[in-house]
Amino acid sequence: MYQTTYHRASTVDEAASLFAKGTEAKFLAGGQTLLPVMKQRLASPSDVIDLAKIKELIGVEASGDTLTIKAATPHYDVATSDVVKKAIPALAYLATLIGDPAVRYRGTIGGSIANNDPAADYPAALLALDATVKTNKRSIAAADFFKGLFTTALEDGEIVTAVSFPVPAKAGYSKMPHPASRFALTGVFVAQTKSGEVRVAATGASQNGVMRVPAIEAALKANWSPAAIDSVSIPASGLLADIHGTAEYRANLVKVMAQRAVAAAG
Amino acid sequence: MGVEGIGARVVRKEDKRFITGKGRYVDDIKLMGMTHAYFIRSPHAHAKVKGIDSSAALKMPGVVAVLTGKQLVDDKVGNLICGWAITSKDGSPMKMGAWPAMAPETVRFVGQAVAVVIAESKNLARDAAEAVVVDYEELPAVADMHAAIKAGAPQLHPEAPGNQVYDWVIGDESATDAAFAKAANVVKLDVTNNRLAPNAMEPRAAIADYDAAEEHFTLYTTSQNPHVARLVLSAFYNIAPEHKLRVIAPDVGGGFGSKIFIYPEEMVALWASKKVERPVKWTGDRTEAFLTDAHGRDHITHAEMAFDTNNKIIGLKVKTYANFGAYMSLFSSSVPTYLYATLLSGQYNIPAIHAEVIGVYTNTTPVDAYRGAGRPEASYLIERLMETAARQLNVDPAELRRTNFITQFPHQTPVIMAYDTGDFNASLDAAMKAIDYAGFAARKAQAKSQGKLRGIGVSCYIEACGIAPSKAVGSLGAGVGLWESAEVRVNPVGTIEILTGSHSHGQGHETTFCQLVADRLGIPISQVSIVHGDTDKVQFGMGTYGSRSAAVGLTAILKAMEKMESKAKKIAAHALEASEADIVIENGEFKVTGTDKAIALPMVALAAYTAHNLPDGMEPGLKESAFYDPTNFTFPAGAYICELEVDPGTGKTSFINFVAADDFGRLINPMIVEGQVHGGLVQGIGQALLEHAIYDANGQPVTASFMDYAMPRADDVPSFNLSHTTTLCPGNPLGIKGCGEAGAIGASAAVINAITDAIGKNNLEMPATPDRVWRTIHAA
Repeated sequence: MYQTTYHRASTVDEAASLFAKGTEAKFLAGGQTLLPVMKQRLASPSDVIDLAKIKELIGVEASGDTLTIKAATPHYDVATSDVVKKAIPALAYLATLIGDPAVRYRGTIGGSIANNDPAADYPAALLALDATVKTNKRSIAAADFFKGLFTTALEDGEIVTAVSFPVPAKAGYSKMPHPASRFALTGVFVAQTKSGEVRVAATGASQNGVMRVPAIEAALKANWSPAAIDSVSIPASGLLADIHGTAEYRANLVKVMAQRAVAAAG
Repeated sequence: MGVEGIGARVVRKEDKRFITGKGRYVDDIKLMGMTHAYFIRSPHAHAKVKGIDSSAALKMPGVVAVLTGKQLVDDKVGNLICGWAITSKDGSPMKMGAWPAMAPETVRFVGQAVAVVIAESKNLARDAAEAVVVDYEELPAVADMHAAIKAGAPQLHPEAPGNQVYDWVIGDESATDAAFAKAANVVKLDVTNNRLAPNAMEPRAAIADYDAAEEHFTLYTTSQNPHVARLVLSAFYNIAPEHKLRVIAPDVGGGFGSKIFIYPEEMVALWASKKVERPVKWTGDRTEAFLTDAHGRDHITHAEMAFDTNNKIIGLKVKTYANFGAYMSLFSSSVPTYLYATLLSGQYNIPAIHAEVIGVYTNTTPVDAYRGAGRPEASYLIERLMETAARQLNVDPAELRRTNFITQFPHQTPVIMAYDTGDFNASLDAAMKAIDYAGFAARKAQAKSQGKLRGIGVSCYIEACGIAPSKAVGSLGAGVGLWESAEVRVNPVGTIEILTGSHSHGQGHETTFCQLVADRLGIPISQVSIVHGDTDKVQFGMGTYGSRSAAVGLTAILKAMEKMESKAKKIAAHALEASEADIVIENGEFKVTGTDKAIALPMVALAAYTAHNLPDGMEPGLKESAFYDPTNFTFPAGAYICELEVDPGTGKTSFINFVAADDFGRLINPMIVEGQVHGGLVQGIGQALLEHAIYDANGQPVTASFMDYAMPRADDVPSFNLSHTTTLCPGNPLGIKGCGEAGAIGASAAVINAITDAIGKNNLEMPATPDRVWRTIHAA
């Protein structure tokens, strides 16, 4: 009743063609979402196509002002990469905060953003750093990639191959973890580009998934300091509320985490 | 005596198999021809079961049977029982609705089983379960206690009008009213004791094996008390007579109370094994554990404490609502009554106490004993009251406690308990010294300069353990006696087997019980083995809960050892041609005191079994047993002090220091005691900061996985600073009080007292999540 066929693809092209052959195929990266869902019998794919061993999908590269993290690179590798730590230390730090060690050894950046959990950490970094999502078909700006809860611009069968980040002048991330899941109750990524543009993104807060925070961006554009955010008021409307945090609490966290992220960014 | 005797930090014998994956848990056991059970559980909190269509499932491959609650009724299988009768204040017995192991007509909580699929594998059973169509007619549900007792609320059981199980009182109401009438100050407090899910590491499991030729059942089960399980299964459920039922509880991965009780699954497995004439295995998963393991706590209480002009407590009034969930679990009725209200005097001289406890049915998972069982609720209430009183009376919280400490023993409280011994000042002194209480004000000021809110919280707990004197609990309504049994078998070559009615599911009995033998005989613990958890091997015993195994179980072993030693001395004296009174036991030898004449234990044992040269009239063999019934509860007590900081921006709590000064009487193995305290403190801190089993208004569980239910992790808790002050328990010869629950009983109040001190607000419910703390800080 719950038969599934497991395939280990060795190239992106092979993965795409396997997907096309399946009646209800799913890509598997680190398996941190798909496997629990399958165990709960909430998903029953005909074919599971494992991307985790595809060599062209693994690794980190820095070139000029761009850092590229390939899609099947696990969080642990990002967290400990000297290349990432040098180019965008806030991104390496963010990866240290994802889940627990077991999650970080298996979970991947491509899997995380393709799933687009509204409380995942990476989407905040992508949006704040104005990253570009590379797929086997095209390039998509982060702002166009995330489309609300668990929804992205990816088409059926499209495979994320890498994420490229412009190296910012300054960046910082601060996160209040959910006490049970350790996802972000609210996490805020702040970045100042080399041309002086300020971008701030919050995850875990909005009912529509990762979001920019224009009020904080404006305050930081005028004065890049935690104190600049003191007078900003974040409305609670449209924010998530659950047993671990009211909407008002999350509104407060957007502000407080932004201040701490700025302090961390220096 | 010796490096492995009482008081030695002996490394646990059992850990080699546990940490190398060689433990043998129920799920590790595979029997020939074994089938697998998967339960079909209600997705509704309250519904009529109008019909169950198994036809499609029965046609699926590998399906052996689909059995329903109606078939249980047809086979006259009994309902689950509650083993402690409580009488309401109007003299009426408690009002209980029937709890069938699978619901034939009505389901009353999400997760209640209505049918079971038996198949060749667990996955096949699970597949088939999805093909069983259950026709439910949803009924209005109620999960909140206050809503449940309101007029017009959905009714769970016709036997319990108004969803009220009992309205029970203890203490002298008129004396308490009189005390309040002359009070100089009255302190009032409302507290909620949050519902917890126990979450033992090993989920519950059972394998039932019916032997049709012998008409005999074997049940492997995750039980803290296999003999009690056999007694209840045979006496009340009409499944198997006691002599035809063997219950084995092998390695069990944690219980915390949740594995005391008899659950529907093991009953159904036994019954189903006979029906399909094959072994039936059920292993629960984590979701089933959240839905069906008995939960803990869940009280709402209003309390008032009256003080005279000298800040002496003169009276205490308590009114508690206790949520029992949808059915009365095995010992549930006793938890908010005799295990709770009898401890409401705390460590204090309180001349008059009156408490009323109202037990309430709701459409939630049944609630029963969980580590501490009633005593954490009592201790939390009293210690929150003392802290609140100190703030209201403007005195130091430690000083207010000292002003009211009981210092003369024995001490009869107004709520049944008679404390035998203790030194509450000594433990408070030790804790205050360990945390540098005097230097706190300076540290608080320093933290403030860094934008942090620092607080300190004291909790002076007392508990009643060593459960329990049989005559006393019998007079209070218990359906069983609470003695323990033991047997000492000296083998012909001198090695020793100790058979105990206690059950180890993490406590380390295989080490500590050997240490007693090593201590008395002067032999290494490698010469001793502990046998437990099998009703075919061990004589009837009562099991492990209520911090009773050392105080009661080990004392039973001591009594049996004394009988064995007495006989062995007679044999030795006969062999050595000496007087029995001159024989002493040292280093594994029986010696004639003051001489070099000696005979080694193996030679004494061999003499007992060859029986060639025994004193006239002596029976061969060297084996003795004993039953020990304690004369009183034991009263472990101590002082916990917690120092922490609250981040005003996020409401997040960070520990600075946590000190625990406990008085457990004599310690057998201090290393194991420390482990027990660590675990208990983590559970207490978990209740204070993280854990909460929540239902929505319709009775749907909101926290049925670790993604939502916050279990404490290593980085949520501090390193602990432990110490011991000792007054020996006069009630048992070893002077033991028990240590298994203390941490969980005392920790929560210390944490909440510290947070409320830090934020300068008194009303803060558990769990004190960052959200809740932040909102409390910013509340008007």
